[in-house]
Amino acid sequence: MRLTVPNPGLTLRIPNYEDLEKMDKEEAGDRPKWDNKAQYILTCVGFCIGIGNVWRFPYLCQSHGGGAFLIPYLILLVLEGLPLLLMEFAIGQRLRKGSVGVWRAISPYLTGVGIASMLVSFLIGLYYNTLMAWIMWYLFNSFQDPLPWTQCPLTENSTEYVPECQRSSTVDYYFYRETLNISTSIANSGGIQWQMVVCLFAAWTVLCISFIRGINTSGKAVYVTAILPYIVLAIFLIRGLTLKGSFNGIQYLFTPDVNELMKPTTWLDAGAQVFYAFSLAWGGLISFSSYNPVHNNCMQDAVILSAVTGLTSIYAATVTYSIIGFRATQNYDNCVNENIMALTNTFDLPEMSINSSNYDEALSQLNSSYPDAFLGLGIQTCDLQKLLSEGVEGTGLAFIVFTEAITKMPGSPAWSVLFFFMLFCLGLSTLFGNIEGVVAPLTDLNVLPKNWPQEVLTGATCMVSFIISLLFAQHSGIYWVTLFDNFAGSIPLLTIGLFEMIAVVYIYGIDRFNEDIEFMIGHKPSLYWQISWRFISPIILLVILVFYLVTQTQQELTYLVWDPSSAEFPGLTSVPYPSWISSIIFLLAGVPSLIVPMYALCRLVFVYLKRKRKSSDKTVQIS
Amino acid sequence: MLERVILLLCVLPVLAAQNCRPNAPEGHKVRLSIKTALGDEAYDWNENELFLFQSTMAYAMRRLKGQQFTVSNIVVCNETPRVSFWFVVTSPQDPSQLVPKGEVEEAVRKSRNRINQAFMLSDSTLEFIGILPTLAAPVEPPTPTWLIVFGVVMGLVVAGIFILLMLSSVQKKRKKNKIADEEEEDEDEGTRVQTPENGSTRVDYYNNSFADDERFTHM
Repeated sequence: MRLTVPNPGLTLRIPNYEDLEKMDKEEAGDRPKWDNKAQYILTCVGFCIGIGNVWRFPYLCQSHGGGAFLIPYLILLVLEGLPLLLMEFAIGQRLRKGSVGVWRAISPYLTGVGIASMLVSFLIGLYYNTLMAWIMWYLFNSFQDPLPWTQCPLTENSTEYVPECQRSSTVDYYFYRETLNISTSIANSGGIQWQMVVCLFAAWTVLCISFIRGINTSGKAVYVTAILPYIVLAIFLIRGLTLKGSFNGIQYLFTPDVNELMKPTTWLDAGAQVFYAFSLAWGGLISFSSYNPVHNNCMQDAVILSAVTGLTSIYAATVTYSIIGFRATQNYDNCVNENIMALTNTFDLPEMSINSSNYDEALSQLNSSYPDAFLGLGIQTCDLQKLLSEGVEGTGLAFIVFTEAITKMPGSPAWSVLFFFMLFCLGLSTLFGNIEGVVAPLTDLNVLPKNWPQEVLTGATCMVSFIISLLFAQHSGIYWVTLFDNFAGSIPLLTIGLFEMIAVVYIYGIDRFNEDIEFMIGHKPSLYWQISWRFISPIILLVILVFYLVTQTQQELTYLVWDPSSAEFPGLTSVPYPSWISSIIFLLAGVPSLIVPMYALCRLVFVYLKRKRKSSDKTVQIS
Repeated sequence: MLERVILLLCVLPVLAAQNCRPNAPEGHKVRLSIKTALGDEAYDWNENELFLFQSTMAYAMRRLKGQQFTVSNIVVCNETPRVSFWFVVTSPQDPSQLVPKGEVEEAVRKSRNRINQAFMLSDSTLEFIGILPTLAAPVEPPTPTWLIVFGVVMGLVVAGIFILLMLSSVQKKRKKNKIADEEEEDEDEGTRVQTPENGSTRVDYYNNSFADDERFTHM
């Protein structure tokens, strides 16, 4: 219980309580400050609530037993998310530095944790802003009627539609061909899509200008970017509930399947989702809470933030699935109507003789009377459940399913603008935290000249990121985005989170941490926090990490491609990655995770050599 | 002579009937979906409507070929309750000769709009099986809309940068004026109180104010 690694010199590196009180009273110091508490809470809410709440959580919820998934989600929220959240808030508020500064103050050997956080934030920021560029492209194109993804282009002689569009659908074609101009494999880069370069430029400049003075500018922007999504979700909820078939979707989402709770993957996915939803280990939360006054009640903030994140996830899932239900019902009705038309045409029956109510019996009756003709027709069975489970996660949800659903609503351009602006706000507020997690460590590490003002630092970071993210503007860009999403944003974060917990509990000392919290908010954390920090949360993280590693190494590395010449078209084909991808994966996932031990080792060697040289110098001097 | 005429008149419809049958070489199938198109205002399909069809087809053939087609040149057969039927077109000069399929198609394409309007239907509800309707080209505005919106957004960003630069330069000017005022006050004080320590205190005061300045600009 009292296990603490000896940590000499800790009190010299961190401000003591008198210093903190003085800092608080004088309000001196060169750190930025929040204008008011609301700005801080809104920034954190915006950071935690991102695009993943709209397109990842609903899919997980539905595929892991619907309403029953909420049980592991809420349990792990309380056991894993909440303790880690309070830990990051408290340590930032106490040590009053960004992520690198905090870990360096705890122990110089731990600077690697901060550097790893910075690297991971940087890599995530690269592909996240590419998603923003796609969202902006759709947003820019929504200001016209009819929407461009409702029409297929014609071939040269205007006799028929382009076959790629004909065989798939207008929304698929618009996303894969006209937006991305996708190539057939990750190795085939195929050149740069200049429209994407333009949108990437727009995305990075908007982010840069909103964050140019750090939280002084972004703090004003979050009033819009954090609040607007809730309003838009409410509008969509009201609209969605009035559409036909929305209750099918909501029912599909929340129908509990208790058997799913027995499977370990459900709990693992819930744990991973809680971890990513809270944007832990990015370093942004530590930075944000370091701008707080010393006696800010961070425990209350952590509880509020957890509750808001949990409730928002459920809220967003309801809205998403009401729209999905509407679209699935529309497609189902279309499928049935097409079949009815085919039957009436082939058997020359009077119009309207078959309708949706007597469809099934008419089908069976005709099948029995004319079996040969029936087979030749190729009637497709219309399955509502299958339609509800189509493409409901990730980019497929936003750019294909939702855009299709919007085209079926009256007044589609307005809905499209609203939807993509909401996604834009969700992403932008997350990116504020992301870029804070990159810029603050850079200042702490002193790698850049000190006389550079904040504006130049932010501008330089954005420019470098823009140039590197041109990788995603290639024709194979989306494959790279998926690669980054799967590897840069998963294992490194879990590793860093685990190291963070060990650092605070065992190297900083849980007793000292408890005293700090008592100094800041007036009372010591209760037994629940003690047990979670010491045992429960680290063990949960370790279990998730180990299972993740095991499953990833066991699986063959494959990815989905859009290949018009493949047999599974218009579905995505699963192909194996080329062999050189493993080195890229190592760069993305291995390097950030290994920086922590590597930095500590290097420093150990460096200090040892320095000491040896000093002692040999001394012996030389003496003799 | 009269007998031959009577014989011809009796044989002709038979001949025509033989030429018109499902999957006839020069025949076309027509399918109408009146209820789908018009809903409650749908009219019933009867002989009069069929007559209208024959006359519009004759009109279309006249328009194409300039020959005097009449209703009897459009031979209809195999009507179904679906409201679909086959028809063939006979030549006005020689009723035993059928007009080739290609020419019929051309005629239909040329006058498709008029034929549709006669029945208050559209390309998809009045189908000539085998004659594909010309597809509507996708609507494209002259300037791509997205460029306009992108221009607006970038304009706002540039305006933001401009405002930022203005604000920071205005702030700097204010600071400079403030320091200049403080310097003037110091000089006045310095000339009034002439003690040997004065030089050092003045220097200290300047040093402190510069230090404060540094802290502000660092932010």
